Amino acid sequence: MEQRRVVITGQGTINPLGQSVAQTYDAMREGKCGIGPLEFQDVDRLSIRIGGQIKDYSAEAHFNRQQIALYDRYTQFTLLASREAIAQSGLVFHGALSQRAGVVLGTSGGGMTTLDDNYRTVYEEGKNRVHPFVVPKLMNNAAASHVSMENNLKGPSFTVATACASSNHAMGQAFQMVRSGMSDVMITGGSESMLCFGGIKAWEGLRVMSKSACRPFSADRNGMVQGEGAGVFVFEEYEHARARGAEIIAEIIGFAMTSDAADIVMPSKQGAARAIAGAMTDAQINPEDVCYINAHGTGTTANDKTECAAVADVFGHHANDLMMSSTKSMHGHLIGGTGAVELLACTLALTQGVVAPTIGYTEADPECALDVVPNEARDADVNIALSNAFAFGGLNAVLALRKV
Amino acid sequence: MQDIELKVREIIAEQAVLAVEDVNPDSTLESLGIDSLGLVESIFAIEETFDIQVPFNANAPTESDFDISSVASITAAIKALIAGQEK
Repeated sequence: MEQRRVVITGQGTINPLGQSVAQTYDAMREGKCGIGPLEFQDVDRLSIRIGGQIKDYSAEAHFNRQQIALYDRYTQFTLLASREAIAQSGLVFHGALSQRAGVVLGTSGGGMTTLDDNYRTVYEEGKNRVHPFVVPKLMNNAAASHVSMENNLKGPSFTVATACASSNHAMGQAFQMVRSGMSDVMITGGSESMLCFGGIKAWEGLRVMSKSACRPFSADRNGMVQGEGAGVFVFEEYEHARARGAEIIAEIIGFAMTSDAADIVMPSKQGAARAIAGAMTDAQINPEDVCYINAHGTGTTANDKTECAAVADVFGHHANDLMMSSTKSMHGHLIGGTGAVELLACTLALTQGVVAPTIGYTEADPECALDVVPNEARDADVNIALSNAFAFGGLNAVLALRKV
Repeated sequence: MQDIELKVREIIAEQAVLAVEDVNPDSTLESLGIDSLGLVESIFAIEETFDIQVPFNANAPTESDFDISSVASITAAIKALIAGQEK
């Protein structure tokens, strides 16, 4: 029996580079940097004060008072991205489609801003009463639930939390559910918003954050920079999409996940390599078929050299012919939402022949000796792209996409 | 100075799961089997113990002024930081 094919028929986003896919594509094409000074309460008590924060954002412009009382910032971002994606797909969920369609999303911190605000209320301000919606607002499945409610999605819905790989794991689940026939349509992607005092303070402790910039693969890189935002996609079975004349953006052709089983923070070359190779096996493609990889590329010493070594291992000579860029240099690390926003760099390459750059690149590192598309976007005919995500805890997830 | 060095040896010994006597001024963290997480925890313990801010980034451990190459160098760096605070 021929395997069901899975295509993307809608995509949406809000991130530090833009509040739509079109704006994000433009920013990636221009190599724009969305990282700047952080603005929130008590930022002066942090040693890390930069991030990819979404500026010019007003919740009131999109949601009413009752909704804002229930929606943490990460949920708001998810809903905005899902509205754009579902509108583009042209799908309306009712009847049999609605019964089986669901939403699988990635997040790591969930409603961390809500948590931070309310801890401040009870611990710092000494109040003994919090708003009644704190729990439904902060829970990690809130975003998935609100997307299901807003769109009448009554099939399988849940949230995946695998730190920096959450979105890729979520999209991999959605892909497999559509491919296996469990559903014809799944909404998927991820969201994160932990740019608040407690969120950054915790990361500060690990001593892996940069005070200056995210410069993946550059010899002078000095750490990661956090971002916030969401990316949401409509994954649809190919014949279902064709039958209704939907615009097809790209095809998801493979997915693999592996675990390092080694260290809680240090990445493993073998774990990453097995995930990359596994995604290609699942997609039934050869290493030579891959033109572009959206790297995990966090800008830490450890990740970038390990990722480059894994790619060199898996691709052999072809590693020198393919392009691999990290768009985290522009939007920062969106943690649980990062894979979803970064998948847009893959669809940009596949649909428009533009490979997003790794900006802030100043100095070659012999341990990262690949074509990282430094500083300027490049025109290229990309037929197949991979998207890497390697999480703390050694959990790896790689997706493979093809031009349609 | 003696006190500072003893406290550093205690902190490092706890991380390395060794007796304080087994941690010498010329011991390197590597020779004591302290990995990157152990190093970050040691820096945290040093900051808490001496109430100082240690300029340490795990991505570029050799580039900061805080020399972590041996117990003696760490002790000297702490002393310099404390002296800097008193100015």
